[in-house]
Amino acid sequence: MLNLFKFKGGVKPPTNKTQSLGRPIAVAPLPSRLVVPLHQSIGGTPRPVVQAGDKVLKGQLIGEADGWISAAVHAPTSGTVVAVDMHVQPHPSGLDALCVVIEPDGRDEWTTRVPVDHRALAPEEVRERLQQAGVVGLGGAVFPTHGKLTPSKTVPMQELVINGAECEPFITCDDLLMRERADEVVRGIGIFRDLLQPEKVLIGIEDNKPEAAAAMRAAVQALGESFEVVQVPTLYPAGGAKQLIRVLTGKEVPASKRSTDLGVQCFNVATAYTAWRALAHGEPVVSRLVTVTGNVAEPCNYEVLIGTPMAEVLKLGRPHPDTDGIVMGGPMMGFLVPDGEVPVVKATNCLIAHSERLFPPKAPEMPCIRCGSCARACPHELQPFEMYWFARAKNFGKTQEYHIFDCIECGCCSFVCPSRIPLVQYFRFAKSEIWAREREKKAADTAKTRFEFKQLREEREKAEKAEKLARAAAAQAAKKAAEAAAAAGEAAPGETAAAVDAETDPKKAAIAAAMARAKAQREAAPPRNTEQLNAVQQRELDEIEARRQAAGISPAAPAEKTE
Amino acid sequence: MMFAPAPFLLKDTSVSQVMTQVCLALVPGIAAYAWLVGPAILIQLVVASFAALVAEAALLKLRGKPLAMFLSDGSAVVTAWLIALTFPPLAPWWLVATATVFAIVVAKHLYGGLGQNPFNPAMVAFAVCIVSFPALMAQWPSVGLQLPLVEQLNVIFGLSPRVDALSGATPLDAMKTALKLADGEIDVAHLLANQDLYGNFAGRGWEWVAAGYLLGGLWMWQRGIITWHVPVAFVASLVAISGALWLYQPAHFASPLFHLLSGGAMLGAFFIATDPVSGCTTPRGKLIFGAGAGLLAYVIRVFGGYPDGVAFAVLLMNLCAPLIDYLCQPAIFGMKDKA
Ligand code: SF4
Ligand code: SF4
Repeated sequence: MLNLFKFKGGVKPPTNKTQSLGRPIAVAPLPSRLVVPLHQSIGGTPRPVVQAGDKVLKGQLIGEADGWISAAVHAPTSGTVVAVDMHVQPHPSGLDALCVVIEPDGRDEWTTRVPVDHRALAPEEVRERLQQAGVVGLGGAVFPTHGKLTPSKTVPMQELVINGAECEPFITCDDLLMRERADEVVRGIGIFRDLLQPEKVLIGIEDNKPEAAAAMRAAVQALGESFEVVQVPTLYPAGGAKQLIRVLTGKEVPASKRSTDLGVQCFNVATAYTAWRALAHGEPVVSRLVTVTGNVAEPCNYEVLIGTPMAEVLKLGRPHPDTDGIVMGGPMMGFLVPDGEVPVVKATNCLIAHSERLFPPKAPEMPCIRCGSCARACPHELQPFEMYWFARAKNFGKTQEYHIFDCIECGCCSFVCPSRIPLVQYFRFAKSEIWAREREKKAADTAKTRFEFKQLREEREKAEKAEKLARAAAAQAAKKAAEAAAAAGEAAPGETAAAVDAETDPKKAAIAAAMARAKAQREAAPPRNTEQLNAVQQRELDEIEARRQAAGISPAAPAEKTE
Repeated sequence: MMFAPAPFLLKDTSVSQVMTQVCLALVPGIAAYAWLVGPAILIQLVVASFAALVAEAALLKLRGKPLAMFLSDGSAVVTAWLIALTFPPLAPWWLVATATVFAIVVAKHLYGGLGQNPFNPAMVAFAVCIVSFPALMAQWPSVGLQLPLVEQLNVIFGLSPRVDALSGATPLDAMKTALKLADGEIDVAHLLANQDLYGNFAGRGWEWVAAGYLLGGLWMWQRGIITWHVPVAFVASLVAISGALWLYQPAHFASPLFHLLSGGAMLGAFFIATDPVSGCTTPRGKLIFGAGAGLLAYVIRVFGGYPDGVAFAVLLMNLCAPLIDYLCQPAIFGMKDKA
């Protein structure tokens, strides 16, 4: 029996899982329209490779990975691309992003699938195929999986941790996946094992899921693997990657390190499943399991095509009439989506119908009484009330001294706070403010170098001018004009390329312009995760925003020039 | 569209729940106290609570804060009860009321209200009164004195002259005075033989009051309202220093048990030094805070000029709390070997 470790803190919210465990996984019907966002994982935004009017088949590439940390995106069903344009995203910010809109033809016809045996391929090739198949972490972080499958060169890989803990209340999709498709999950784990060559493989499942653990054990045995299925105590957030690694191996991965530096790596069970489907069946990630629960009559888990509007998925569970919103994710870390039309994405593990009956409105915020409950509940052993204090005072340097970037935003501190302070909210505010300041600083630095460079060039030009005084005045004027043009181009190097493209291909230009708009919007928008802040803070936020705009360092400015 | 931020699930808790539980935890001690000195103490609790709520309401109004939300948080009542329980039980009502108003207005709201006060408000009031009204604050009912309720009320509300019987002192103070007067002629064992005054361990009946506070404190610990650090460190340091001196010169120094069960030691260890607002919050900080308070309480009560030292000890430690916390920040997840 494996010796388990404990992590400090943690809370025990009511699990609310039984509701959605009563029915087997069902397949959600084909919607009338799919809106597939291109940016569905951490890293670069995939480039669209289809245009309005194109016919696509299920599984056909529609977005090409941009850079190594990025994952491809595919058509979830066969049909016609009706648009490549901006749509509101399932993100608390409520921002738009570039999406491929597909009208299904109802045939759900696959493109040619090429199954491979990963053991016959070189590791680099396996990683590349996973990237091409759009395999990303399905536990919620959506980090491209292939990027985590390279062992450290210096530290031997000791443990491969597979996360089937699923600690968030309400969510049961991993539980059902393990119960119903344990065989393919275990085969998927085999791929990760072959690539990382760890000394042992530990599958962590919270002890409130005995059926899932039994199914996994049986599958491990049937496949003759030596993976160890370990039941870990039910304690939120035991399913956080760092917490699960701690419980199973005793190792603590700080924010400043990669887990491979400590000889350990962690994947979600659903990720293992999709990796297996991608290689052994040649099926890219075009759907995922989504728990539909909360204020609904028939909670259930559905296999949902990526891009299906959330409201349509929620309808399957027959929400009660007092439903007033949709929470994506669990009740501890999830968020209310800005609109029922936002699509299901690879990160969507759960949709909870929100109502005031289910989640009563919070009592008003009281002053902190320094009771320390939050610090005792924090799994990262931070001092939330100190960070709160400094975040409120906008002393962001101090929040960093208290390790705000080690905060995983798990919500344990807010959960226990008797003063009902939305602590996590303050931490997100502080983090986004720190990022914004860093961006400002970078922008200022770039501006400075640019200015110095310009000065240098002007001096050089003056010298040259003196030398070439003898030349004809007409020639001189022509040269000046050319230089001016070059200088203008330099101000927005990224957009120049787009402009050149624009001249050659109008369709491409439209897409490029849309992407530029998306980028501008993403970067220019104020951090909107601060809705709950009071009037004073809101005003201060506005001031900061105004200051940013006034300084002319908002990235929105240069991007708009190209339009 | 709503903007409720995660987490959507919250534990069922609130400031008033916490404060109510602190008050509940005081009940066993209060019961024993009432049995010891008579029901007058209950009157004092009512007087103090009333004064606290009136002062709190007035200040909230003045500061433009929502009345209902803050009045019901229960923190003013906790302060009031601590004042009533640390003052002489037959002190004139106006002294208790003034002290409470002072605690709420000056020690709490002038510093910014709930959660902002650097010093424990009840202890500030106690310290101010013992300096300003030393005679009144030293008038404890003689042990065994059980005036009928009417009589007690007359004393508290000044309707009859303050009786001679009130010139008594607490067993703790009596012991100190006796030892001083005797100047080495009498030893502690002789004094303690006076069971009328000192009971079995630490003053007749007082040990039961202390036991009541201990019981309530353990309950708070079990409910997670306080952690073990402060009480354990307080008791340990008090036992350590009193034990050391007692072993060194048993004739001159009372036993650790006497010190633990007399005066405000138990109330201080579980209810006063554990005040989170003015105390330390880090685990190691709490240990230092508790140990410091226990040590200072002993030094002041044995060598100082005041009958008991808990109030001053806690105030002195309040002063150091931010620095202690700053120096005692625990290592965070994943950074332990570096710290
Ligand atoms: S739990 Fe709330 S009241 Fe208690 S210390 Fe933390 S922030 Fe302050
Ligand atoms: S949200 Fe951050 S500070 Fe709060 S408990 Fe989780 S990790 Fe700790």
